[in-house]
Amino acid sequence: MMFPYSNRHHLDPVAGAPALDVHDLNVEYPGTRRLALRHVNLCVPSGARVALVGPNGAGKSTLLKAVAGLLPIRQGTAAIYGNPIGACHHRVAYLPQRGEIDWRFPISLRSLVLTGRYVHLGWLRRPSRADYAIADATIEQLGLRDLANRQIGQLSGGQQQRALLARALAQEADLLLLDEPLNAVDAATRAIISEVLSDLQKQGKTVVVATHDLGRLESDFDGALYLSEGSEVPPPPGAFIGTKVGATS
Amino acid sequence: MIEWLTAPFQYGFMQTALLATVLIGLACASIGVYVVLRRMAFIGDALAHTILPGLVIAYLNSWNLFGGALVAGVLTALGIGWLSRREEIREDTAIGIMFTGMFALGVLLISTVRSFRDLTHILFGNILGVTGGDLALILVITTVTLALLFLFHKELELTSFDPIHAEVIGLRPDRLRYLLLVLLAFTVVSSIQVVGVVMTSALLVTPAAAASLLTHRLLRMMVIAVIIAIASGVIGLYASFYADVSSGAAIVLACTFFFALAWGVNVSRRRRAQMELGET
Repeated sequence: MMFPYSNRHHLDPVAGAPALDVHDLNVEYPGTRRLALRHVNLCVPSGARVALVGPNGAGKSTLLKAVAGLLPIRQGTAAIYGNPIGACHHRVAYLPQRGEIDWRFPISLRSLVLTGRYVHLGWLRRPSRADYAIADATIEQLGLRDLANRQIGQLSGGQQQRALLARALAQEADLLLLDEPLNAVDAATRAIISEVLSDLQKQGKTVVVATHDLGRLESDFDGALYLSEGSEVPPPPGAFIGTKVGATS
Repeated sequence: MIEWLTAPFQYGFMQTALLATVLIGLACASIGVYVVLRRMAFIGDALAHTILPGLVIAYLNSWNLFGGALVAGVLTALGIGWLSRREEIREDTAIGIMFTGMFALGVLLISTVRSFRDLTHILFGNILGVTGGDLALILVITTVTLALLFLFHKELELTSFDPIHAEVIGLRPDRLRYLLLVLLAFTVVSSIQVVGVVMTSALLVTPAAAASLLTHRLLRMMVIAVIIAIASGVIGLYASFYADVSSGAAIVLACTFFFALAWGVNVSRRRRAQMELGET
């Protein structure tokens, strides 16, 4: 018996639909009437790695949050594997920015990663041995095994970032939305995360990453959407283009 | 010595009081851990004060005092959640408004009664006055509270430290908050028997805060908090039996003493850790 958190049905992917299809999307800042995103289009084929590029305040995080179901959509549509947002929570993993979590909370790294399994458990069910095994495998993959029993506040910034990525992986989602995973992390973490991204591609997962770093776009991504002040902008001269994912790039 | 310890419990009212103390300690301290970790200490205190008008109305109409308090407590819990659900009014402001308004209503109602001698134990608690009927209600409240905390443990834990992930996977953090607020109203109502309206937040906050200084694990924190709360309750019982002092005040002071002890342990642990760091 499973009692899922969301009472919407877990829908199967629509055959042939892209992993993410955003059409003419308008999103407001919460509690205001100001638009944070204006007429944004984005089509991410299944298995692609796409970067959302732009300075702070460009709307990258807002776009990811809207797709993750955290912000209401004012106008336009967003479909995940052909279904509306919220129809298949287990298929979408979202990596928040580090500041959005209470790191002083008394919980170990291992328990934090285990929360990535909750969407598969639903109400009342406890994590099984298989869930623990999956969590431990992703902890190992991100080089955190020796820190598994640490309280999460006693980790460095880079270790916290890896812990969050481990949780996103533990969810075994098909579409991963990563908000600035490489922001302010040490070189070791950067290398490990880069490796994870290429692993994900080999497994056929779809990854959308918000970043303001133009450096590694060519090697790490298949396409890029350039944003500024909530709207899509053409790629800067000489910038990475790749597969067409937006209206213009 | 043993006789000194067992003598008080030859009396039926002391046995009832002991049972009530243990049950209330269990409920208050375990939910208190969430109160401390989610920074809801102000709400706990406010809930305790806002049930005053419920108590007074029930008293004036000779209804069950417990029932009156429970209705007022649950209404406040929902009222705070409802007032602060949008961004216009911050939650602490909403609490401040409900808290003082309801308490003032209670005081106003009290001032219409000539003699409110009976109401002093509402304000300051009287564990020795717990009746069999009170005990039954306390038992139900404690059982329900602990059962719900157990069943929804993983969701309450997740929404406490990472409400965003909770929302992404389809949970509604606001609903779990309502659940916690209603449970809080229940436990507060049961604890006014022990420490009264004015000092109830001590049972919620102090044992949990002391435990948070001693461990980094949620479950361990709950166990330590419960032990501290029950120990303080028992100390308070002896104090009021032998020294004839206010039981509520004695219990709160015992909690405060345990907090000071935990603080001392925490400080000396940190010093030692720093010294070890300095040596290497």
